[in-house]
Amino acid sequence: MKICVLVKQVPSSDALIKLNSDSTWIKEDTVVFAINESDSFALEEALQIKEQTGEGEVVVVSLGPDRAQRAIREALAKGADRGIRIKESFPYSSDPFEIASLFAAAIKDDNFDLILSGLQSDDLGSGQTGVILGELLGMSTATLVIETELSGESIRVKRELESGWFQWVAMTLPASITIQSGINSPRYASLRGIMSAKKKEIRLIEKNDLSGSIPSLQSIEHVYLPQKTKRTEMITGSIDQVVDKLSEILKRNIKIL
Amino acid sequence: MEILVVLEHNNQTIHRMSWEAVAAGQSLGKDLNLSTTILIMGSDVSTLAKEAATKDITEVLVAEHPLLETYTADGYARTLTQVIESEQPAYVIMGHTYMVRDFLPKVCAILKQPLFGDNISYRIENSTPIFIKQIFQGKLMAEVSPQGNQPYLVTFQSAAFQSESVHRGAGATIRNLSITLSDEIIKTRSEDPFQETTIDVDLSSADIIISVGRGIGKKENINLVKELAEVMGAQIACSRPVVDAGWLPPYHQVGSSGQTVSPKLYFALGISGAIQHLVGMKGANNVIVINKDPNAPFFEIADYGTVGNILEIVPKLTEAIKGG
Repeated sequence: MKICVLVKQVPSSDALIKLNSDSTWIKEDTVVFAINESDSFALEEALQIKEQTGEGEVVVVSLGPDRAQRAIREALAKGADRGIRIKESFPYSSDPFEIASLFAAAIKDDNFDLILSGLQSDDLGSGQTGVILGELLGMSTATLVIETELSGESIRVKRELESGWFQWVAMTLPASITIQSGINSPRYASLRGIMSAKKKEIRLIEKNDLSGSIPSLQSIEHVYLPQKTKRTEMITGSIDQVVDKLSEILKRNIKIL
Repeated sequence: MEILVVLEHNNQTIHRMSWEAVAAGQSLGKDLNLSTTILIMGSDVSTLAKEAATKDITEVLVAEHPLLETYTADGYARTLTQVIESEQPAYVIMGHTYMVRDFLPKVCAILKQPLFGDNISYRIENSTPIFIKQIFQGKLMAEVSPQGNQPYLVTFQSAAFQSESVHRGAGATIRNLSITLSDEIIKTRSEDPFQETTIDVDLSSADIIISVGRGIGKKENINLVKELAEVMGAQIACSRPVVDAGWLPPYHQVGSSGQTVSPKLYFALGISGAIQHLVGMKGANNVIVINKDPNAPFFEIADYGTVGNILEIVPKLTEAIKGG
């Protein structure tokens, strides 16, 4: 079983996001980056499938600048066998079709049985890359998966639908599946894992070597802070003052006590 | 054809967000002086087509095939691809639903046409829409410009447009399309949808909801919230990470994959306010937010907010309310 896991390095969930000087992206130098949350669940699912089948390899594939090397190294420390990074520099690709096409060009000769990715990235949140990639490579696809059952040449997955509904979907391999957060409990890297990760291969591919025939169909021209639609009354002061004001608001303004 | 709005349904009713997509199509049509057409895919959708024909649109297209009786990503993607190729719309508009997220990227891949997903609005510049969406979990907005040729695939977030604002028409004509599908192109087999747990907490009718997020830190701290809920007569809800961590059962979850609520008060404790959560509580009359991060997006829609540690504030608030 050859499994590819798409991993994106994104600002960590509590990162303070500020705009860059020309409002085309965020100011990166003060931000702490981490593996995209749902991608870490996809990685764990891949590692568990490999352990369960007892053979094969897990390959971590990422598109990103040099800082993204750390995300791949972290995935290798958790147990992935090797990595591939498509190197890019700012301005980054933001079109999911372009990004998926880059991945397709980079991995088409690897003939993966399974591609797992997080359902969406916590930065752009398009949620398209895994599905487009699967379609480009002629694979079965499924999204928002919260359980997997592998049996031979096919896989059965439990998909999350809306409003608390679920559905099982079966398909033959190869398949590209997007993973919902919460599907498993991602492991921590062991000390031995961290040591052995240093010796594992990370193949670097220049984006420009792949992108010759790949169009970008959309681009982010401008980013800005959301305008407030509601007037928020901010409560400040010591904890006791805040508590007093909150009780007052509950009684007098919202009138629920 | 100019604007094609694709309706989603469960064989009985049209999805609420599909009517919002019709409103989006009519709005874009008015701004760009383009006509709007509706497409329904399925195996027996004539009743739904008649309902769609009451709207102010040019035509209702019906793409029926026995293989479309149950939804599959391949069946829907191949059908929509054929309709786009034969009818040549400039814009294809849909709601940003779980089903659309499942199959529409395949259409993007097959046709090599851009998919502008999860927009909350658009603006027109030189007769072309610039799509506006939230990025970084709602912390920033982005303006996204098309670079390739039409058609453009476009989805809008829940409540970006109002279904009540759909214009009714004099009765649109209904046209049946011929679709070619075979078993081989459908690579997945879908089983019947089901619900996991019976929902024994009816959040939808609750007047006061205290909702807890990742900021609560650990399972034991949920008790602090339970004590506050008790003195306030509130129901407890939560965001997805709390369910994922096993701190509360899934039926407490509010948001796109949980329940939709509209209480008199939504009291959010340690929830950042990612859009997947906010779509579930937009209907609340009053919103109070406590979060340690002053930049938490939840503050944007709060009536009252305070930046602070919920573990310190909540027990003192419980005591204060108890003491009258």
